[in-house]
Amino acid sequence: MNWLSNLLPPRIRSFVGEQREVPDNLWQKCTSCEAMLFHRDLEENLNVCYHCGHHLRITVAERLKMLFDDGKYEKFPVPDVAQDPLKFKDRKRYADRIKEAQAKTGLKDAITIAKGKMGGLDVVIAAFNFSYMGGSMGAAVGEGIVLAAETAVKNKAAFIAIPSSGGARMQEGMISLMQMPRSIIAVEMVKDEGLPYIVVLTDPTTGGVSASFAMVGDIQIAEPGSMIGFAGRRVIEETVRETLPDNFQTAEYLLEHGMIDMVVPRKDMKATLVRMIGILMKQPYDAGGEVNGKNGKAAKNGKNGQGSKAANVKASDKVETAVHENMAGQKTSGKKAQDQVRAARRSVSNMKSSPEESGEVAANPKEAVTS
Amino acid sequence: MALLDFEKPILELEGKIAELRHVNSDSEVNIAEEITRMQSKADRLLSQTYSKLTAAQKVQVARHQERPHFLDYINGMIEDFTPLAGDRNFAEDHALIGGLGRFRDQSCIIMGHEKGHDTQSRLKHNFGMARPEGYRKAQRLMKMAQQFQLPIITLVDTAGAYPGVGAEERGQSEAIAKSIETCLCTKTPIISVVIGEGGSGGAIAIAVADRVLMLEHSIYSVISPEGCASILWRSGDFAKDAATALKLTAQDLYELKLIDGIIEEPVGGAHRKKEETIESVASHIEKALKELTPWDGEKLVKSRRQKFLQAGRDL
Repeated sequence: MNWLSNLLPPRIRSFVGEQREVPDNLWQKCTSCEAMLFHRDLEENLNVCYHCGHHLRITVAERLKMLFDDGKYEKFPVPDVAQDPLKFKDRKRYADRIKEAQAKTGLKDAITIAKGKMGGLDVVIAAFNFSYMGGSMGAAVGEGIVLAAETAVKNKAAFIAIPSSGGARMQEGMISLMQMPRSIIAVEMVKDEGLPYIVVLTDPTTGGVSASFAMVGDIQIAEPGSMIGFAGRRVIEETVRETLPDNFQTAEYLLEHGMIDMVVPRKDMKATLVRMIGILMKQPYDAGGEVNGKNGKAAKNGKNGQGSKAANVKASDKVETAVHENMAGQKTSGKKAQDQVRAARRSVSNMKSSPEESGEVAANPKEAVTS
Repeated sequence: MALLDFEKPILELEGKIAELRHVNSDSEVNIAEEITRMQSKADRLLSQTYSKLTAAQKVQVARHQERPHFLDYINGMIEDFTPLAGDRNFAEDHALIGGLGRFRDQSCIIMGHEKGHDTQSRLKHNFGMARPEGYRKAQRLMKMAQQFQLPIITLVDTAGAYPGVGAEERGQSEAIAKSIETCLCTKTPIISVVIGEGGSGGAIAIAVADRVLMLEHSIYSVISPEGCASILWRSGDFAKDAATALKLTAQDLYELKLIDGIIEEPVGGAHRKKEETIESVASHIEKALKELTPWDGEKLVKSRRQKFLQAGRDL
């Protein structure tokens, strides 16, 4: 902005020809390897650093777009709850913090509830937006999880929770602690109906969120490098007075300690979810290979970085192991199951296949569908 | 007795009375009248102070070292208590104790956090901060209660689950989450009493109950006032403000309909009259248990879930 445009009223300003601002977000620094990333390449690569494979945080909108078929889904409004029931005030009023967070994110609260198809399967997703007050869980978020679970039950759909949260929302005091049992009650509704409940842990998942619905999934998945734990790193360091290992509380650390089923890179997330839900629900599915980024181009993985490639390959190896174990378990159970095994095997080969091939499968879904 | 700063005037007065009594015994001057007058003044002061404790003062009382702890309640109200150890996976956790016993002639499972009463026992019980093993033992006992159709009594008194490397390694989050889930699926009555400190996830892990009661001066909170102050006020100095803002007292939580009842404490707090407090807690548990007996497991689970679903909805 120059001094002239400041003086002129907005309508005239456009005549004068406002100086075109150069977007300052063309380049972004990777929060892990600090390489500069061009926004278009980054978007194409599902916001995964193409140098080191680090999974950058993404918005819920971006995530839902890459998970649902054709990026299409139905969004449900976050239910109304008593706002600021404690009239909480620290250095700032909670009511003001809510307004700020809403203005900043354009969201009503930290949760988004969406229903749609994934690989042809009905799925309800409850996903957290970390940029809304650190994705903290208060009454609105809890109510959102209840609504998502009820929607899943009503539609006989699988339920996927995708937390990204620092924990309970302190400004709602005990009401936020109550969301721990409440969110688990929601999950029980889904489980009681025999529908799959899958948790995709993303960076970060800690505190009251990790100690409730986020840790009772039928299947627990995590994105590579996500920070997942109960107590904060600093609190632990202060308590035990020792330096913690670098990989402490990472997704890989949890996998190693048997706390989660698998670590899945973003580009394989959809195919993995579809395959498992399809198998669990005994329904035909289209695990059409890789997740598509913008312009339908498949995401690439660490094309410039050796280390990253290794990391991602390792993760998908683990996915494969899981698949093979599933297959072993199903070998004896009838023709239908065998067909599903075949489909699973095919989807594995899809995952390994080139982007073009998987694009074909996606365009021709019947091929990948069984039973 | 550990000194509470706001009790200072009362303790001073009581000290003077004791002195006078001493004088009285070996002098001819009759000062009995004066002693009576001062005693009634001290009593008045005590009940006045305790009838209007601030949230921050209640935090102090709830954490008072002389307050009756889990094992005091066991001794006072459970017959034939038989502790059961271990989670069958990794270890025995002395911070969360549980076992079989008889409460008012009824078989039951009882469990709770034990903080310890001196340095040695505090270390043994890890100051009442349980590790995943503790919560896994709790789950085991709840399942046993269901198998044998025994009611469950849980006594909550913890600053929170233990934040340590090993605890994280072994899945503190999962242990708490599964413990809550087990509470929500157990088909026998669960009665929880917050007897001191109800610290966040470590407390609610065993307090998702059909009846949640709190002692008059106990607290129950999503985060400690100190922790809250250091995050939101950026300084632990604001712990008093945080205590007020968090609405963590039994009275606040009853008003918010997040707990089912308050158990009165003797004048001057539970630490002044332990037996009386334990007796009062026992009679409240007995009453709650009577209301819940006989039970239909399915209905019990349904109404327990409905109760927690409803929490906070009418505000």
